[in-house]
Amino acid sequence: MALSRRAPSTRSGERVAGWLFVAPVVIVLGLFMLLPILMALWVSLTRWNGQGSPFTGDVPFAGAGNYTRLFTDEGLTRQDFMTSIRNNAYYVFFVVPIQTVLALGLAVIVNKRKAFFRSAFYFPSVTSSVAISVVFLFMFANGGAINAILSVFGISGPQWFSDPRGVIHLFLDSIGLVDVNAPPSALADHGVLGLSWWDWTSGPSVAMCAIISLVVWTTSGTFMLMYLAALQNVPVQLEEAGMIDGASRWQRFRYITLPALRPTTFLVVTLGLIGTWQVFDQIYVMSQGNPAKTTLTPAFLSYRTAFRDFDYGTGAAISFVLFLIIVVLTLFQRWLTRERG
Amino acid sequence: MKLLNRFLGYAILTFFAIVFLYPFVIQIANSFKTEADAAAHPLSPVPSPFTTDSVVRIFEGTGFPTWLGNSVLVAVVVTLSRVLFGSMAGYALSRLRFRGRKFLFALLIALMAVPPVVLLIPKFLVLNQLGMYDSYAALIVPLLADATGVFIMKQFFDSVPVSVEEAARIDGAGAFRTFWSVVLPMARPALIAVTILMFTGVWNEFPHTLVAVQDPGLFTLPRGLADLVSGSLGAGTQYPLKLGAALLATIPVAIIFVVFQRYFVRDAAEGADKG
Repeated sequence: MALSRRAPSTRSGERVAGWLFVAPVVIVLGLFMLLPILMALWVSLTRWNGQGSPFTGDVPFAGAGNYTRLFTDEGLTRQDFMTSIRNNAYYVFFVVPIQTVLALGLAVIVNKRKAFFRSAFYFPSVTSSVAISVVFLFMFANGGAINAILSVFGISGPQWFSDPRGVIHLFLDSIGLVDVNAPPSALADHGVLGLSWWDWTSGPSVAMCAIISLVVWTTSGTFMLMYLAALQNVPVQLEEAGMIDGASRWQRFRYITLPALRPTTFLVVTLGLIGTWQVFDQIYVMSQGNPAKTTLTPAFLSYRTAFRDFDYGTGAAISFVLFLIIVVLTLFQRWLTRERG
Repeated sequence: MKLLNRFLGYAILTFFAIVFLYPFVIQIANSFKTEADAAAHPLSPVPSPFTTDSVVRIFEGTGFPTWLGNSVLVAVVVTLSRVLFGSMAGYALSRLRFRGRKFLFALLIALMAVPPVVLLIPKFLVLNQLGMYDSYAALIVPLLADATGVFIMKQFFDSVPVSVEEAARIDGAGAFRTFWSVVLPMARPALIAVTILMFTGVWNEFPHTLVAVQDPGLFTLPRGLADLVSGSLGAGTQYPLKLGAALLATIPVAIIFVVFQRYFVRDAAEGADKG
């Protein structure tokens, strides 16, 4: 073989070449991903305020203080952090199921049809999150397109981005169970982790719903493509067997197609979980965490704490907690796809 | 019955096509409306009167020309470098035998999982420490390499038979010459896919600019747009102007999408395959 005939110098040359070829990537990623993470880990243990270098003896050391203030110490820091966790959890809880079902539905209806529709549904995914946020800001404006459509059906739309009321509260209010303006004291006066039970059970705010609809609209197309690829791999014989047995269209979908798509559904759901915990751009452009902190998410809170309040230690600590949440979800996803292979 | 089903299928498709495309129609139409018209008839696809006033003001009254220039500079430099460095590293990880190769690849896979939003403060710290904050270097250098690009190129080289370059190498060509004149030309489809993926990614990149620069002269389009929206313009909502600026920022990616559609679709489908 060619390999054995190669001179020894070529092999050592290959070793050097190998490292030279990867060097640019190793340097850039090492310097701007690995090293910064270590630096931030240190800063998360300090009370650095942005002045001078965080790596001198003058910076007060906080130990685990920045982390305990997020979880155990009473105060505004914990309240804001828990509020951001609550907001993001509701956001995840709404976005992931809706975008998964929508992606599956779109894939089924565009399957074996014109490529135009596939592109139409996918296009929002490739556009700039900031540019699209501007469009949705306009659509959800008080006199905007969404409220104009709602008024056609006789509904007077809310002032989307200044409405902090939670949709679960509004729902309970509408069926007469609670009064939004006078929450039951059993819920309002007791709580856990710095928020009352009433606050925990709010659901996403009206403002957050506008952001949820934007994100579902932009990401469904990507997941639709994943379902489309998977649909192409569903064995035709199975479908045909179902048809011969007289199964209805719905039965074939429910008992043949859907089970065959299970691995893809797991993937779409876990990728959705990983992505939704990272929401940042849309929050920055559309709401900045307002109204009444109901669109605050850990990613945005971390940014705000560091760059607006100059509390880099707490900001970094929030980043690492968020990092941990996402790492756990990612490991779960990789474990799932491993099982599949 | 069959006809009805067909009709129903297309009715649903059309409904969703409208849901997914009409926001862009609204965006285009309102960019050419007067502010009063946009406020009164936000849904109408026809501006009345039609005016290019907002486009003029975008170029004369905002930092748009500067942002556009910066975006082009950053996107071109970063895309070229990511494609070059990514294919070099992908090739080395796939083909060349050197100590630490397996470890580097494992590290790369781990880095791909690091969510960009948790890197905001870390990136600022390192830029600050290196004295690069608020400069073109801060805007560009941290983005010069990307783990995903390396990964895609490695997967590509793994799928290509070795025979051709083996022949070149026996001829006595060095690793660099083999790479440049044999490997790269052969990798064209993968290079195009990575170029498109990287360009759209960088063109749309927003959070990095937040922690890298604060001088408006260094803003890219997404950063400038975000700044425009948060209201440095003063009076009124100025939606036609904001929508127009967002529209102009979307056009390059839209053109690339239309021309290279099949590459986009394949990338996403491959994502599903490898998980």
